[in-house]
Amino acid sequence: MSDAINKNNGFEPRIVAFFCNWCTYTAADLAGPARMQYAANVRVVRVMCSGRIDAQFIVKAFREGADGVLIGGCHPGDCHYQEGNYKALRRMTLLKRYMTSMGIEPERLRMEWIAASEGDKVQKVINQMTEQVRQLGPLHLEPMNVTEMHEHVAKENVTVVQGGTP
Amino acid sequence: MSKPKVAFYWCASCGGCEEAVVDLAEDILKVVAAVDIVFWPVALDFKKSDVEAMKDGEIVVSFINGAIRSSEQHEMVELLRRKSQVVIAFGSCAHLGGIPGLANTFDRQEMIQEVYFKAPSVTNEEKMVPQLAYDTPSGTLTLPQLWNTVKSLDQVIKVEYYLPGCPPPVKLINEAVGAILSGKLPAPGSVLAPDIALCEECERRDTKPEKMALKSFKRPFEIEVDQKTCLLAQGLLCLGPITRQGCGSACPKGNMPCTGCMGPTGRIIDFGAKAISAYASMADSNDDQEIIDILSQIVDPIGTFHRYSLPASQMHRRYQPSVQGEKQP
Repeated sequence: MSDAINKNNGFEPRIVAFFCNWCTYTAADLAGPARMQYAANVRVVRVMCSGRIDAQFIVKAFREGADGVLIGGCHPGDCHYQEGNYKALRRMTLLKRYMTSMGIEPERLRMEWIAASEGDKVQKVINQMTEQVRQLGPLHLEPMNVTEMHEHVAKENVTVVQGGTP
Repeated sequence: MSKPKVAFYWCASCGGCEEAVVDLAEDILKVVAAVDIVFWPVALDFKKSDVEAMKDGEIVVSFINGAIRSSEQHEMVELLRRKSQVVIAFGSCAHLGGIPGLANTFDRQEMIQEVYFKAPSVTNEEKMVPQLAYDTPSGTLTLPQLWNTVKSLDQVIKVEYYLPGCPPPVKLINEAVGAILSGKLPAPGSVLAPDIALCEECERRDTKPEKMALKSFKRPFEIEVDQKTCLLAQGLLCLGPITRQGCGSACPKGNMPCTGCMGPTGRIIDFGAKAISAYASMADSNDDQEIIDILSQIVDPIGTFHRYSLPASQMHRRYQPSVQGEKQP
């Protein structure tokens, strides 16, 4: 791991994970007592269902400093609420296109089906994703407030060259 | 007692908001009778110096339409802010950034390249681009600075109220003016439109299915639009379910889907992201590839879902990794 840190100036990615209560969160709970170690870069938010995860939450996570977002839901057909995970899948499909148009690598958003018994998959996915986001580097989308916004306005006004050379 | 002073100003906008004021028709006479219009560049011959000569807070209300994307607009709205007790962001562009805000998917250089060099109708052999200052024998000519990022009005100055719409519906303008004159304005920060989804006032409402499941998304020119049925049920991307009402559902009445100009209802923090959630989950398939195929019929997600709201969204603009380390507004 120390090699990887050196490669990217000691950058440690911040990853926000949304795990569904019935499958992936339970799997993450299982990984703990089984002493499966995974990267400490992930901050887990428990939601009742992956279908509860609104695209607004994901964009907000990126805006507030996440370098990656991981979604964990039940395997297809296993959703506690019949089809919440399919809804999540549809949303992530469109959101990835949106992210691409907005200049954010779609690899920063990952969705995985992880059943309650798959503690090892939680470990594998988190480690893989941490490594992948480390390679992508930091995303400098910082939280914004109105004061900062106004400071930025002041800065825009002092940029000098308008046209530049063609 | 003298009549309350009112100002109107426009920034990056099309002029439709000014039309909307004129659309008050005979009601505008009541407004003119009740207030003293001290600044309205589109219609009346007052100058910037007239505003500068006023005392701070002398104007009771300034109605400002248009997004903010140049140093000139910035200077003018700061001036009006200083001279006004209340500022109302008038119309979609001032409220959320509006259609000019879609420029935030590009940067300044790309825009200048496109407009001055690449557009098919442009010949520019001398490679002329706008400069901030140009020396002539009779003195230096200057132009305002075009910003890299388009902003909504409240990202630049403090705004008390928002009158949404592209342009704001006459009924809402009348109600707002009435509220100002009677001093019955709601809490600052309010959007002066009902906080209820458009579907509630839509005449097609009863034909909206309980569960929306769509095998395909269509654009209006691709189908013969039924006059009575819910537009969304016909596969058109009608943004009624997440858009504020107050326009009398003018577009659905005209057989066109709602494009969301009234902005989101109160509990939505990001119109475009919410729309992605809402409309993607309507794709009627559980198969990875089929989902991609259905959703690929939403040809332009940003232009469709952020048509009026990109600067006010959480993303604000396209991310520019070239300015790494700098905060990305």
